[in-house]
Order: sequence, then structure tokens, then C-alpha cells
Amino acid sequence: MSKKDSAPKNFGFGEDEAMLRDLARRFLDERLPIETLRRLVAEAPEPVYDQGQRSRWDEGLWKEIVELGWTGLAVDEAEGGAGISLAGIAGVVEEAGRHALPSPLVATLGASLVLREAGTEAAQRVLSQIAAGSTASLAITGERGAWEASEPALEARAEGDEVVLDGSAYFVQDAFKADVMVASARLGEAVALFAVPADAQGVTLDADHIHDLTRDQATVRFEDVRVGSEAFVSKDGLGALERAWPGLLVLVTADLCGSSEWQLQTTVEYARQRTQFDRQIGFFQAVKHPLVDAMVEIDRAKSLLYHAACEFDRGSEDAEKAARMAKSAASDAGAFISDRSVQLHGGIGFTWECDVHLFFKRSLHNQALLGDGVHQRKKLANTLIGPIGA
Amino acid sequence: MSAAILTPDQQEFQEYARRWLAENAPPTPSERLPITPLEVMTVGQRDYLQGWQRKCYDAGLVGADYPVEYGGRGHEGFQRIANMEMSRANVPFLINVVGLNMAAPTILVHGTDAQKRKFIPGCLSGEDIWCQGFSEPGAGSDMANQQTRAVRDGDDWIVNGHKVWTSLGHFAKWMILITRTSKGHKYDGLTYFLAPIEGHEGVTVRPLVKITGESGFNEVFFEDARVPDAYRLDEVGKGWAVAMTTLTYERGAAESAGGGGGERVHPTQRLIDLARDTWRDGERASDDPVTRDAIVQRAIVAEGLKQNGRRARVEALCDHPMRLPLQQKLTSSEFVQHNTRLGVEIAGARSTLYKLDERAPEEGYWPLAYMNSYGHTIAAGTSEIQRNILGERVLGMPKSK
Repeated sequence: MSKKDSAPKNFGFGEDEAMLRDLARRFLDERLPIETLRRLVAEAPEPVYDQGQRSRWDEGLWKEIVELGWTGLAVDEAEGGAGISLAGIAGVVEEAGRHALPSPLVATLGASLVLREAGTEAAQRVLSQIAAGSTASLAITGERGAWEASEPALEARAEGDEVVLDGSAYFVQDAFKADVMVASARLGEAVALFAVPADAQGVTLDADHIHDLTRDQATVRFEDVRVGSEAFVSKDGLGALERAWPGLLVLVTADLCGSSEWQLQTTVEYARQRTQFDRQIGFFQAVKHPLVDAMVEIDRAKSLLYHAACEFDRGSEDAEKAARMAKSAASDAGAFISDRSVQLHGGIGFTWECDVHLFFKRSLHNQALLGDGVHQRKKLANTLIGPIGA
Repeated sequence: MSAAILTPDQQEFQEYARRWLAENAPPTPSERLPITPLEVMTVGQRDYLQGWQRKCYDAGLVGADYPVEYGGRGHEGFQRIANMEMSRANVPFLINVVGLNMAAPTILVHGTDAQKRKFIPGCLSGEDIWCQGFSEPGAGSDMANQQTRAVRDGDDWIVNGHKVWTSLGHFAKWMILITRTSKGHKYDGLTYFLAPIEGHEGVTVRPLVKITGESGFNEVFFEDARVPDAYRLDEVGKGWAVAMTTLTYERGAAESAGGGGGERVHPTQRLIDLARDTWRDGERASDDPVTRDAIVQRAIVAEGLKQNGRRARVEALCDHPMRLPLQQKLTSSEFVQHNTRLGVEIAGARSTLYKLDERAPEEGYWPLAYMNSYGHTIAAGTSEIQRNILGERVLGMPKSK
């Protein structure tokens, strides 16, 4: 029997995972309805877009989320976490996407996946902190934003018992909400991983000016940052990043699936209410059919999402392939329903007062994150077809 | 499709089916077979395929889940296994698609005991080939606009009308037939019959030629043809409901396929092989980044369809129970269309070659399969009708009619 035959029929999404997801949905329905989100992040464009302020987030709500244990979802029970499967985590992140939750949730889960793959004692200590409520983010991307684990963000050099980190990590997600930066750095020939407190001496954050109102992003600068062995998370950082990569793709894909579903349902609702030429506009096939096509694309992405999560959970060698397929499908589905959600809302959809722009921008950000559809398909082509010229 | 958890009986049956198919794979036919049963043209092809279905039936690979008294084997969950094994073994398809996927299941739901005993065994063995008499020149997407009249005359009904796009009509002994028995109500005025075709007085079958130049479907004229009332399926005026049963099975058949065949190689692999074998501008097409992207897009859709099938059975991951099942017909027919269209594109200059030209890649498969794909995006409710159904029944938008 090949490994494939042992894939669970339900993607490993059983009663417990469904309960966790349903709880997340009810909690966010109640605590972050769209009116609340609008008041929180979109009262007016000027503070963020003109004055360069970071978009607001609800730290009180985040405390409740920490109490619910969501930061520890990807932390094993041995380190005090919940040790939930990625399929189960995908369910929660879908809800975060569906509610456009501004929070360090996805960043922290992503950092946890990398730390878990690193597997060292130092990594386990950080995971214990995360399970106890600390937040984290990955500082692994260079200035070119190439989304390659092999291009580390920083340079590291050993000095006695310490390591000194220098350089800048770019496109760090929700950096201002993170307690710990999990950074990749070139150390000799290798790519090593370090967990550095965000308030460590020599670490500074420069906020990126971004469109998405439901997160922050920053360039994290490391100047002569000295860390001890407790921060040395992995000598084989490249291995840990590559093993975790499908999981990172799954997290962003889940967020995209959730936000796309909100965009679909909201636009469908509008098409059922808005009347022109004495008919609800959903009567017209120029409105109805693209929404059906968007649904088909979202369903494809969602099915691929849970397949990818399941492949990751069972350590399949197809995990990367499945995750890249899922991210490609979710990026494209997100782009399509974003496009239709503005267009089919008509004039109002083009204004600040219509909520679709919040999801449009979150989706646009996530479409690019870790590589869009074209990028994923380029990588897939090398696996499925073979390298060019081979 | 995910590996199902099989009962010991099912596992034993799977092993049996696999062994039987390995030992009984039929010899290569003397005539090249068409891609699907809907393009069976010649008597030679029919005889070969009918013989194969009979052999499978005798071996218990067809009709496995039908009750014994109606010619089946009375098992549960065996047919899906048999279908998967037939598909895996790359054996020829089963010719009697209308009988297997439409007539038999509809008769099982709506028929009398006598009708089930008379009609179902021949559907399963392939001895009685069936065709479908739903479409008319004026009743395509608007299927309830039936003009073929049936008028009661003693123990018979007298039928007059004109059916079109009748696949397999030239070999069919029977037809599942919708008629108008009352002009008063569009939907409630319809009645469903099991109508004799082959050699029956008043019935003329005339071949229609498709855009490919192939035949395989027909138009059927009824001129005062007599159909016994004993062959009426369900009540007078219930024809629409019975037809909906048939369409449910027909639209589901793309997935549950009544037999082997289907795509012989994974469709994406086939495109990759074609691209490796095609030269343009001094390079293999498989080295062209745009072509590579297009192929990978198809691979993603293929995997998506497969995982949709898996997710459709996970209730917790389906917000609306009909959301995935109702997409099946639309997505699978457009999938084939987009794949074959890409195959034509990749084949480039050689896509111009008809199947009789020996330089045509894969015996001219790509252009013919592409043209034939329109049969599936039009038949059994066009893709446009499918989008209406999804928009209305799943998304709750107002009806477009």
C-alpha cells in the first residue's frame, strides 16, 4: 500500500476541528461584526494613508483570543500548546479571513510552524512562550521580496558565545504586534534561524505604508544585535523553512478562502437586494453567472486548501505540491471575486463607505504574500513537467 | 478520489474485479473505437462493445448493486468499486450509457415491478441499447416546452413528434421518451414512456452529422407510433418529475461513470507528453513558460475537481449541501473542453491533421475531442443553464426566466 492510501477521507477535519471552527465563527460573529471592524480600521482614510499611522487593532479582543488558546494551536502539547492539526488550524484561519480580523494570529501561527520544524530546545522554549500568549512573526524575507527561503534576511557572525545579527528583514507581517522575531540569517555557509525579542537592543521597526487596513507590515532592522544560545533556534534554518513552507502557504490560503467567501456572500446579498429596471440585479445573467464562476473558483481553492493541510499533517512528500496548488487557486479566486465584488456593487462599491474595500485590500495583500498564482505555478511546473531545457 | 474504507466483502470484490479485468482484458478491436459511447458509429464497433459489456455483466462488474430479481447481484457499494477498477484497467467503455445511467435508475425509482423485471436486465447486460428522447427542435434548454404529442387510444398511446440529438438512436431498441399529454399545463402536462424504437412502426431514425463529421446521434420521427400504456412510466402528467430523476442520474454520471474508459491517462500527463513531443521555434513546447503555466493551471483544476469530490462527503466543510454536487456537470464538462482546447493549442501545426493522417498526434485525438467536448457543455442542460441553477438554488438569486 502506498502512503497515499492512508489519507483520511475527511482531510483529518473531524468533530473536534469542526467544533473549534464553529466556535471561532460564533466568537468573531459576535465580537467583530462588520460595523465594529469598520469603526476600528476605516473611520477615515487620512490617518493611515495621509499621516502614515498604523491601522488600529483591538488589543482587548486579542487578549480574549489568547485566552481561547489560538496562539497555541500550532504548538505541541509538550510545550503547552493545543497541538491542533493544520487542517483544524485552517478552519480557524478561514474564519479570521472571513472576518478580516486584524491580529498577529497568522504571523504567530506561521512562526510556530517554522519553530516546530526547527525542533531544537531553543525552538521549544519559544514555542512554550507562544503557547502562553506571546506573539511572533517571521523575519525571513530580503529586500527583493522574492519569497525564497534560500535568500536569508540577515547576516550573522559568531563572537565568542554570542552571535551578532546585522541587516534588515523586509515585508515582516504584523511586525508591530509581534513579541518575537523569528529571523533567518546567513551564518557561514548555512542559513540559521534566530528568535529575537522585538525589543532587543539594536532592533528597530520601520513601518511600511500599506493599503491593507487590517494588518501592519514593517522593515525590521538589526544593528549589531547580540544574542545568546537561547536565541539560536536552528543551524539548518533552510531545512526548517522548507519543511514549514507548505504550512505557511496553507495559512495564507485559508485566510484568502475566508475573505473570498465573505466577498461572495456579500455581493450575492447585494445582487438580491439592489433593484434596477424593476428587477433585482441578480436576475440578470451578466451578474448571476460571474458570481457562480467565483463560487466555483472559491470551492476549488477550499478543497485544495484542506487537501494541502491534510498532506502537510501526514508528512506527505506531496505537501509542497498540494500547498502550491492551493495557494495558486486561492490567489486567483481571491483576485476574481475581489474584482467582481467591486464591479457588481456599482458606484457604491467604488466608495469608502462600502465595506468591500476592506476585504479587497486584505485579499490583494494575501494574493501577493509568499508568491501569487503565477509564482506557485512556475514552481509547480518544475516539479510536474521538469526544469526548462531538461 | 480518496481511498474509501472498504468492508471485507468489498475488499474481496475489489481484488476479484482487479484479477478478472487483468485476465479478461479484451483483444484490440479491429476497428478503432471512438472516444465515448456517444460517437459509436459502426455495427462493428457496436458488436465489439456490446460483447464486452455482456462479458462484464456476466462477471458481475455491471449491475452489481441492482436487486437480483431485476438482473443485478444485490450488493451494496460494489458498483463504485467495479467502475474504479474498470477505469484503472483501461478497458473499453460500456456502450449502453443511456440504459445504465439513465433508464435503469429511473425505472428502478418510478417503475412497476413488471416494468423493472422487463427492462432493467437488458439495460445492465447491454443487450437492449437505449436512447434518450428529451430534446426537440423547440425544447432544448427550455425542456418543458415539449411538442411531441401522446394521445390515449384504448390500451395504447399514439405518439406524433420529432426528437433530436438522439445519441445511439441508430442502435437503440428502446427510448426514454417525454411527451405532452395535456396542453393545459406546461409542466403537469407531460408524461414519460419507455418507447420501442428499433423496427417499430411509425418510428423513423435518421442520422445527424456532428461538427466533427462523425455520426453517432440522430433525429427520431414519430408518426402515429403506438406505445402500449403498459410502457408508461409513473402517472400521466408526472413526466416532468420522472425526467428530473433521469437528469439527476445523467448529471451525476460524469462522476459515477457506468463503466470503464474515461480518460486513459491522467489528462494533464497527456498534455505534458504532447508538449514534450511538440517543437516550435527550435524548442520543445514543454520549455515554453506560457505553455507550462497553462498546463499547470489544468493540473490544478484537475486536482481541484478530485478534492471537490472528497470534500463533498465531509459535511463539516460544506456550508450548503448542494453547492458542490450541483457544480459537477458544469465543472467536469468545461474541464474537458479547456483541456482539449489546450491540447489543440500545444499541438500547433499538427493540430490541423485529421485522424486519418498518420502524422496526427494521438490519432487526431485533440481537435476531435475538443470539438466533441461541446456535446457535453450543451447536452443535459447547457453550461448556461447550469450557472442559472447554481445561482438560483445555491446562491438564492432570482430566477432568470
